[in-house]
Amino acid sequence: MLILEYIDKLLNGDKRTCARLISIVENNEEEAKNIIKNIYKYTGKAHVIGITGPPGGGKSTLTDKLAKELRNKGKTVGIIAIDPTSPFTGGAILGDRIRMQDLATDPGVFIRSMGTRGYLGGLSKATQSAVKILDVYGADYIIIETVGVGQSEIDIVKNADTVVMVMVPGLGDDIQAIKAGVMEIGDIFAINKSDLDGAARTAAEVKAMLDMGPRKDRRPPIVQVVASLNKGIDGLLDEIMNHMEYLIDSGELKNRREDNIRMEIIKLIETEIMRIVLQKSQTDRALEKATSEVVDRKTDPFSASESIMKLFSKNV
Amino acid sequence: MNSRPIRVLIAKPGLDGHDRGAKVIARALRDAGMEVIYTGLRQTPEQIVSAAIQEDVDVVAMSILSGAHNYLLPRVVELLKQEDADDMLVLGGGVIPDEDIPGLKEAGIKEIFTPGTPTTAVVDYINENVNRQ
Repeated sequence: MLILEYIDKLLNGDKRTCARLISIVENNEEEAKNIIKNIYKYTGKAHVIGITGPPGGGKSTLTDKLAKELRNKGKTVGIIAIDPTSPFTGGAILGDRIRMQDLATDPGVFIRSMGTRGYLGGLSKATQSAVKILDVYGADYIIIETVGVGQSEIDIVKNADTVVMVMVPGLGDDIQAIKAGVMEIGDIFAINKSDLDGAARTAAEVKAMLDMGPRKDRRPPIVQVVASLNKGIDGLLDEIMNHMEYLIDSGELKNRREDNIRMEIIKLIETEIMRIVLQKSQTDRALEKATSEVVDRKTDPFSASESIMKLFSKNV
Repeated sequence: MNSRPIRVLIAKPGLDGHDRGAKVIARALRDAGMEVIYTGLRQTPEQIVSAAIQEDVDVVAMSILSGAHNYLLPRVVELLKQEDADDMLVLGGGVIPDEDIPGLKEAGIKEIFTPGTPTTAVVDYINENVNRQ
């Protein structure tokens, strides 16, 4: 694909081009770099919403209903739905579309399923690039649905403007709610399946957890919803809009995006340094030599890594 | 980079009420290292093609038990052509009488897998016939 041609097509909202480009950024790092370099200047317009929470919490259903609500308001929506890749075979079953069937033929919605492909943190490696492509493609809102998370998959916070933490009744006691990790990243808490017993208690526990925390300018709202019955979705969307307003008015949006971009650059440098160092240590077998020296207890892992780093810094 | 996983859309066109077979195939393809997008029951050809385009899949595999295969499967091939996506490998499976198979193949469904086919046959067929770019 010629670069100018694909940028034009993507800017004009061509579905096939959008789909192809996402495949390329998923599969080929060199090409991915090229694409992002060329489209980056057109990005930054979409409001990126992260939907995260435990497996079976109703993230896909909630995503479906939120997308419909946004469509009713005349907005276009991109959805990235992430499911786990098997660490044993590299295969994956991506099943989030099952809950989004009516959206399939809506021309204002683009849904892409992605496997994590060995990436930890709740997202896939190419998520960030896919968001950029959907942004240029013209999605007003981009919803990232993470894999079902446990307690520490918090990469979504580095990729979204607004993080909606989906909770369901009956997952644990209030100690679960004050453990460190995912509970700290919610900008909005959606208590889904609120028609079940224990929903009020879950909401109260989340509220108590927020009460214990340090006072902040903004307190994350708690919204009770029943996604499968489309109950409370309008209220949740209102809170998402309010959050964007808050981000803009407080200057937080700028800070947040700045932090995320800094992290992104650091991450890229890390990857590049790793690549160079490993490549270098391969050419004169430094890694193998160091490894066997450590195995024989002639040296230790710290000294070994230092000596490899020295090899590298000499050549910079 | 040829290590990328093959992406397969597993779809259930028409009004079938159960998808045991589709799930068995989905699982087998997953275990063969493929990324399987499963869209659930009762899909229209339009929904299937739209999903196939957005997901940029290599293979569209449809399971059908209702008897409407002679209409639904060729319709998917036709819509893929309209979208300029006829490089995707289209497969059918399910309860399909032998006498219907030649017609379906002529319409562009590359292979039909009837009940009793070992899942390994489907995996092998896909690995050998997929169009990779």
